[in-house]
Amino acid sequence: MRIRIIPCLQLAGSRLVKTRQFKIHQYIGDPVNTVKIFNELEADELCFLDITATTEKRTPELKLLRQIADECFMPLSYGGGISDFETARKLFSIGFEKIVINTAAIKNPGLIRKLAEHYGSQAVVVSIDIKKNLLGRYEVRTENGREKVNQQPVAWAQKAEQLGAGEILLTSIDKEGTWSGYDITLTKKIAESVGIPVIANGGAGSVQDIIEVIQKGSASAVALSSMLLFQKKGMGVLINYPLAVIRKALTEMCQQ
Amino acid sequence: ILEEKALNEKIPFLGICLGMQLLSRGSEEGKCDGLGWIDAFTYKFSFNDQKLKVPHMNWNEIRSVRTSPLLNGLEEEAFFYFSHSYFVQARQEEVLSITHYGVPFASAVCRENLYGVQFHPEKSHKYGMQLLKNFATL
Repeated sequence: MRIRIIPCLQLAGSRLVKTRQFKIHQYIGDPVNTVKIFNELEADELCFLDITATTEKRTPELKLLRQIADECFMPLSYGGGISDFETARKLFSIGFEKIVINTAAIKNPGLIRKLAEHYGSQAVVVSIDIKKNLLGRYEVRTENGREKVNQQPVAWAQKAEQLGAGEILLTSIDKEGTWSGYDITLTKKIAESVGIPVIANGGAGSVQDIIEVIQKGSASAVALSSMLLFQKKGMGVLINYPLAVIRKALTEMCQQ
Repeated sequence: ILEEKALNEKIPFLGICLGMQLLSRGSEEGKCDGLGWIDAFTYKFSFNDQKLKVPHMNWNEIRSVRTSPLLNGLEEEAFFYFSHSYFVQARQEEVLSITHYGVPFASAVCRENLYGVQFHPEKSHKYGMQLLKNFATL
């Protein structure tokens, strides 16, 4: 079974940026050009998250997103500032396959069910951002990591599944942008508690990290950001998609 | 109008994903009947194996079981993007390709001018483009 390798690109409005532990770290470039490159490199899927939309109380930049959709021959998902059915409807109509909801899903869980009933579960991704508190416990966060909510990670993931979510995008705020590997414990906990695919996100720094989160974390797919945008940790921007290297390592893993 | 064009005038018809499922006689999803243009039925994926997640969201291989102009150039290796919770099982003569996800299911079906594909050719890079090109030249 193939494991999807998904570039997860962060937008601050119309600008492509890269964050570290959810704080904006660097400006990357023009989103449309970046998308063209990933399309040529035949990326499995692309995921766009507008990380400032909800906190700035904005809605998605539809004009830009339409341009992006026109460039791609692979599935696209978008999240950021989606708080109602109508916004989701517009995104589907411009060519996105899946919408990603986070804050809105917690505030209005009924939205998950409504979207799943209308468009099918495969079109609804619930994004869960997790941060460890001072006692080392996992906490669910919304509003781009700023707000704590009273939900247990496993219970919330299971509830999202029951309501009709088709996938969970699970992001470790602590690991994100650090090149230090995914949070294996967290991913495993969530992946083994639901029957829907879990996409591990946050922290990948090497092919070994990817193998580890699949083998030990039970991830169905992996989202990558830093690794695909920079030459190496601490170095300049270089859009890349080392599919051959990753696939080879995954094949070797399966054969063991 | 659909029946007139597809069944009587026999113009080439391609149903994608849910579009293919609608061609079957019915589905475990919802309450309505399908069009019944293909002798098939649509079922929900349901596995005991925790590792087999539903929906089936992934690139997967199709294995053609007979030749068809729709699959021209795709006989050797063809991966397409699948994104579905329900699958189709059809009468053998109407199956074009089979894909495996826990169970074998029909990934493409055909009866005369009527085609259905479970996957998304419009989201499957060069393989999808090849299929759509084939369809356009029917």
